[in-house]
Amino acid sequence: MQPMLPGLTRDEILRYSRHLLIPEVGLEGQRKLKGSSALIIGTGGLGSPVALYLAAAGIGRIGLVDYDVVDSSNLQRQVIHGTATIGKLKVESARARLLDLNPDIEVEAYNQPFTSENAMQISRDYDILLDGTDNFPTRYLTNDVAVFLGKPNVYASIYRFDGQVSVFYAKQGPCYRCLFPEPPPPGLVPSCAEGGVLGVLPGTIGTIQATEALKVLLGIGEPLVGKLLLYNALDMSFDFVKLKKNPNCRVCGPQADIRELIDYEEFCGVPGHDHEEGSAGAGWDISAPELAARLQQDHLKLLDVREPHELEISALPNAVNIPLGTLAARLSELDSAEDMVVFCKAGTRSARALELLVSAGFKKVKNLKGGINAWAREVDPALPIY
Amino acid sequence: MATLKIPTPLRSYTNGQVEVPVEGANVAEALEHLLEKYPTLKPHLYNDEGKLRPFVNLFVGENNIKDLQGLETPLDERTRLILIPSIAGGRCSPCFPV
Repeated sequence: MQPMLPGLTRDEILRYSRHLLIPEVGLEGQRKLKGSSALIIGTGGLGSPVALYLAAAGIGRIGLVDYDVVDSSNLQRQVIHGTATIGKLKVESARARLLDLNPDIEVEAYNQPFTSENAMQISRDYDILLDGTDNFPTRYLTNDVAVFLGKPNVYASIYRFDGQVSVFYAKQGPCYRCLFPEPPPPGLVPSCAEGGVLGVLPGTIGTIQATEALKVLLGIGEPLVGKLLLYNALDMSFDFVKLKKNPNCRVCGPQADIRELIDYEEFCGVPGHDHEEGSAGAGWDISAPELAARLQQDHLKLLDVREPHELEISALPNAVNIPLGTLAARLSELDSAEDMVVFCKAGTRSARALELLVSAGFKKVKNLKGGINAWAREVDPALPIY
Repeated sequence: MATLKIPTPLRSYTNGQVEVPVEGANVAEALEHLLEKYPTLKPHLYNDEGKLRPFVNLFVGENNIKDLQGLETPLDERTRLILIPSIAGGRCSPCFPV
């Protein structure tokens, strides 16, 4: 038995008139949307367009999960927030914007990380999940929650110019783990977002994600179940590939052995939350003020492992630039007898560089914790933070 | 000739090439040919034991080689291979620096 669909008020009929004119939506479809609910995990680049369009479309209840605050470096792509909400909680900033766009819907804000402890309870009362997260642990968590609760998970992921979208719905097709059974080993994934992204990319991908959610909720068209869309903004190419259920899938296969949520940070070997400032671990770090003091007294070699185009943004005088990707091949340019401090933007790449140097026999090396951005914050306010 | 589409972050290892022509009767031979031309791509696709990294997904046309004959999947002149990275926010594999 279908639950009774809610009716539309006179105001709502006017508000949604462009939907009511489409036969595939119509009055009944709009009532379905009003009676439906969507949980959006992450209110960042993807979550922004997803939440805006689902709210505008009249999804009756929208849940937002995030624990971050709005930062000016978000606004290049996270268009749900604004300059006036810098420093505010993302879920509250987003909630206010959604209710301004559509006061007829309910918006529930969950100002907390999405974790194995709370994810099932938060997700249970929503019809569909939308994965707008920016890290592997939360992605696997979102997938497993959707599989265990039998709900569709509209997945999207972005990197620089590339985007991926699919609808992972284990009742009808494969799940995320069928495609990616295990996460990449942590050493192979930088643990903070240093990759960059074209600001409009999450707009393109997030609106496709919202489109898929509306199709699933309305029961129209052919959602991307069993299909993965690959978008490339530079080539302006859309490729589609088929995804099959993996018979050996550990969460949705016939012999699934994972039957409850696990520790996803352990599974992925990386933190899902709170990117701590890039640190190489106890004994290997030096803080920006400590480095400033050391430079007054001693000769220290500064090794900048960022990419050349980043030096145009900020640089430290007398630093030698060897990008991390070329460091292994250029070790002969460095003297292991010299005291050296390695740095990058935020300390993550330099921590990897330090590992590489130590394994090559360098002993007198330190990592600038928090990178050149920490230097700009704590030592030289004239340098820009990026 | 068959072609292999390279995701943007790996194009710095293929001289910016988007679709690289590859020769070979099957996927394994095509990869061998690709890595002869672009050896710096190798650690992104293979681990130290010389095995294809588990998070590297290769598609022949629309189909995952895991659903076909794996590295033995035959190719013809018109085959289009796509390499699909695992990405999340600012993170990407196999795009890590090596």
